[in-house]
Amino acid sequence: MSLVRCLLLAGSALVASPFLLAQSLSMNLPARVAAGSAFSVPTSGSGPGTLTIVGPGQALRRNVQLGSAVALAAGVLYNAGEYVAILSDGSDSQIGLFEVTAAQQPSTLSFLAEPSRLPVDLQNGISGTVYLFDVYHNLIVSPMPVSFDLSASSGPSQTRTVTTRYGVGWTRMNSAPKEGSAHFVAHAGDVSSTRVIDEVPGDPCNLSMTATPDGVKAKLQTAPVRDCSGNPVPDGTVVTFTASYNGMQSTVDVPLKKDIAQVEMPVPHGATISVASGVVAGNQIRWSGQ
Amino acid sequence: MIRHPLLFGCALALPLTLCAQQASVQVQQPDLQGSRQLESLTATSVVRDYLQSWKAFRAALDRNAPRLLDQAFVGTARTKLSDTIAEQNKLGIHTHYVDRAHRLQIVFYSPDGLSIQLVDHVTYDEQVMQGNTVLAMQPIHARCLVVLTPSQTSWQVRIFQATAE
Repeated sequence: MSLVRCLLLAGSALVASPFLLAQSLSMNLPARVAAGSAFSVPTSGSGPGTLTIVGPGQALRRNVQLGSAVALAAGVLYNAGEYVAILSDGSDSQIGLFEVTAAQQPSTLSFLAEPSRLPVDLQNGISGTVYLFDVYHNLIVSPMPVSFDLSASSGPSQTRTVTTRYGVGWTRMNSAPKEGSAHFVAHAGDVSSTRVIDEVPGDPCNLSMTATPDGVKAKLQTAPVRDCSGNPVPDGTVVTFTASYNGMQSTVDVPLKKDIAQVEMPVPHGATISVASGVVAGNQIRWSGQ
Repeated sequence: MIRHPLLFGCALALPLTLCAQQASVQVQQPDLQGSRQLESLTATSVVRDYLQSWKAFRAALDRNAPRLLDQAFVGTARTKLSDTIAEQNKLGIHTHYVDRAHRLQIVFYSPDGLSIQLVDHVTYDEQVMQGNTVLAMQPIHARCLVVLTPSQTSWQVRIFQATAE
């Protein structure tokens, strides 16, 4: 028998032997699977074995029949991340790496709106940040549109649409010119989340008072106190009346009641009376007793 | 030429942790896209606390001890990692993670200052162990998306999610 014929016969014997071929252990892992989706891992080999899948997100093991596909049902592997897969027949093992990606359908919005209360008519005073998650609370990292809608009780609503970057979208909005509760809504896909923002009047604007005699005292009273957008400043806001005479000062703090502050105080003739609220100063009156 | 046999011998004979060296760390300029100005002290603290979280992560998953996560992880990240530890326990396995290199970039600082996101292009080894037997050793290059939120004294990892590079 020639050498060539020997080699051919030996080759034929190898090809014809299913036993020898079945001994090689291998698996065909997908490069990536979507979180929570069903998938299968075809294997080669023979007899019983195990498939162990381990990553920071999950660890699981399945008994398998080598030579057939290992089916992982929907909802079994659901945390996004990198995973090591180990196929073992007890004496030999094969190792592979694959990725579980977040599902592309948003299920939860983590929506942070700030502040919960602010003055009216403030440019970029309100911020909203959204983190997008799938049903398994994986961050959806592929870019997705998120719209923000801020609607006040009066006036037009503001809408902004942004595209998420690394799972995050954010925006800034202006507070409305009129006081009231505003609804701040973030939408992505079929989900939305709402926060309520209290838009309150700002500082008093154009603070003014009048003084009239009331017996031996002066009766001091402000005009209705408004902010610069015309919103009434809340009751309880403190207004300070000050009378100055010959280097002496007397001061009275009065809370606003029904938009005005009033007080009766003894004021000597020739004194200067002033009014203020917070950092806002109003008019001054030279008191002559009339 | 000399290092190869040494490394090979080390991989065979010693636990991976003994072979571990300090991971190299490269921090890139933040890319915040205007969300909020980031003070350099804040950036330094965030990077320091994130790298510290890797120590907690490695120890917790190696010893199957979820309490070791407490200082560094909160929320979803804490829950998912402790669930993994419970599963590892059930399977009778534990995992050595050895981070070799981090390339970090802060990519978002929320306007309210309550969250910071960074991207870590990380190289690490994952060694799956059953008792003292190594079931698998796999070097991995991944992009970790990490969201940290402030606690009283540090930044804690709230989201910790890897994607393929």
